[in-house]
Amino acid sequence: MDTTIFINIVYVAAAALFIYGLKLLGHPSTARKGNLLSASAMLIAIIVTLLDQNIISYGWILVSVLAGSAVGVYVSKKVEMTGMPELVSLFNGVGGLASASVAIAAMLNAQLSTGFAVISVVALIIGAVTFSGSLIAWGKLSERISGKPIVFKQQAFANYSLIAATVLASALYVMYPSSTMLMIVVVLLALSIGVMAVLPIGGADMPVVISLLNSYSGLAACAAGFALENNLLIVAGALVGASGIILTNIMCKAMNRSLVNVLTSGFQEVLSNDIVVEGEIKPISAEDAFYVLEAAQSILVIPGYGMAVAQAQHAMKELQELFEKNDTETVYGIHPVAGRMPGHMNVLLAEADVSYDLLLEMDEVNARMEQFDVAIVIGANDVVNPAARELKGSPIYGMPVINADLAKNVFVIKRSMSSGFAGVDNPLFFKDNTRMVFGDAKEVLNNIVRQFSD
Amino acid sequence: MIAIYLLFILMLSIFVGFELIQKVPATLHTPLMSGANAISGITILGAIVLAGGESGTAASVLGVIGVFFATINVVGGYLVTDRMLAMFKKK
Repeated sequence: MDTTIFINIVYVAAAALFIYGLKLLGHPSTARKGNLLSASAMLIAIIVTLLDQNIISYGWILVSVLAGSAVGVYVSKKVEMTGMPELVSLFNGVGGLASASVAIAAMLNAQLSTGFAVISVVALIIGAVTFSGSLIAWGKLSERISGKPIVFKQQAFANYSLIAATVLASALYVMYPSSTMLMIVVVLLALSIGVMAVLPIGGADMPVVISLLNSYSGLAACAAGFALENNLLIVAGALVGASGIILTNIMCKAMNRSLVNVLTSGFQEVLSNDIVVEGEIKPISAEDAFYVLEAAQSILVIPGYGMAVAQAQHAMKELQELFEKNDTETVYGIHPVAGRMPGHMNVLLAEADVSYDLLLEMDEVNARMEQFDVAIVIGANDVVNPAARELKGSPIYGMPVINADLAKNVFVIKRSMSSGFAGVDNPLFFKDNTRMVFGDAKEVLNNIVRQFSD
Repeated sequence: MIAIYLLFILMLSIFVGFELIQKVPATLHTPLMSGANAISGITILGAIVLAGGESGTAASVLGVIGVFFATINVVGGYLVTDRMLAMFKKK
């Protein structure tokens, strides 16, 4: 049989395995098997590709596969669960870089048809933007770069000019595909677009950015698939692209903002927030909080990014076990944008050995909020801000939030009285049924744990 | 004509992708992203052919670079996803 046909038949099987693997990812009990199927699809696709008759030497392929595997194994073993947003960001960037280098390598091929030149340039641009954008996102997430939006005068104008220049340079390149100079210009411009696009985005909007870059890394592979006329690259790239777009959409909805608004909010006028929330803050000590928690029948825990920062998930799990021993029902309510990436809180709690059926989505806990005796808010702010529901004119008005204030009692564990990313005061802190427990989340929770054992 | 045929594949894959991924529960969104990272390393197939091909030294060097980075994506992505999914337990 012709090798090309054989390779493509195996690609069809690999595509089927990728799709079935994603289907199994639809439930936590089958997800691990799904990931394994997807990995085996990748493995057979790689092995069969090595049979390609255009390949004349295997030495360097072997070296780079071994080196890449070593890095991959090391990174995946070493990373801590709190570092997942940074890692996913880096992986997005690496994927973009791989696609960009494949696109350039394909473009160096002398006989370029116009159609081929166009699609290769598209693959190159998406790959380069994904790469530089992801590096900036990684820098922001790991706080190597300020997490605040970085803005300067005329930024919008600079960005539009950059895009226009990229389109122009790409068009010139398509006309003169033998010009390496033009290609380098396109690469540099695309890299700058990635940097400029992510710089003005603040840390709390990172879930959207990571999802979007995740989608781009797939689209880059997809475009490279068109350039190389490789079916499997198109199928796999499209699956990743679709996944990223769905997540981006979920994140935007959870913040009640459009994608354009998230991407441009950095250089929009800062919303003047005249609404001053006034009221009395009622602090409570961990000791007094313990008495209320001990008497409670049902407790809802609402984690936020602060829980990740304080590494308080293990202390929380310990406390959850004590609650359960005390016959108190304990569940977790998780907002889609709690944390720095989609599903961030769920992974941290899973790491702390919390059963996944206790991790409930926003709508589920809101439906029965009045029945909870205590809602414990750990390091979350905007996602439980009732201003989103009741204060017209507030910058976050209309955002779907977890209605913690409707629970019988609310304990907010918080370092100090600063406002959330939107710079909005949180009326929750002033409600009659709210008590503030000031301090480091981990210490506060450990303190309550000690009260239980005394 | 081949471009049209590739577009067909793209269109169908996008629909399949949307249908499947909409069913992934929010609790698995982080493993979904890292798993997607691994899948996007599929570029390795293109990189392998270019790295081992005879279209010139520059193309081969870029191909080798592509293989290296795509392998990081594939190996790292699948392993870290597996590590995470192993933690999701029901008690």
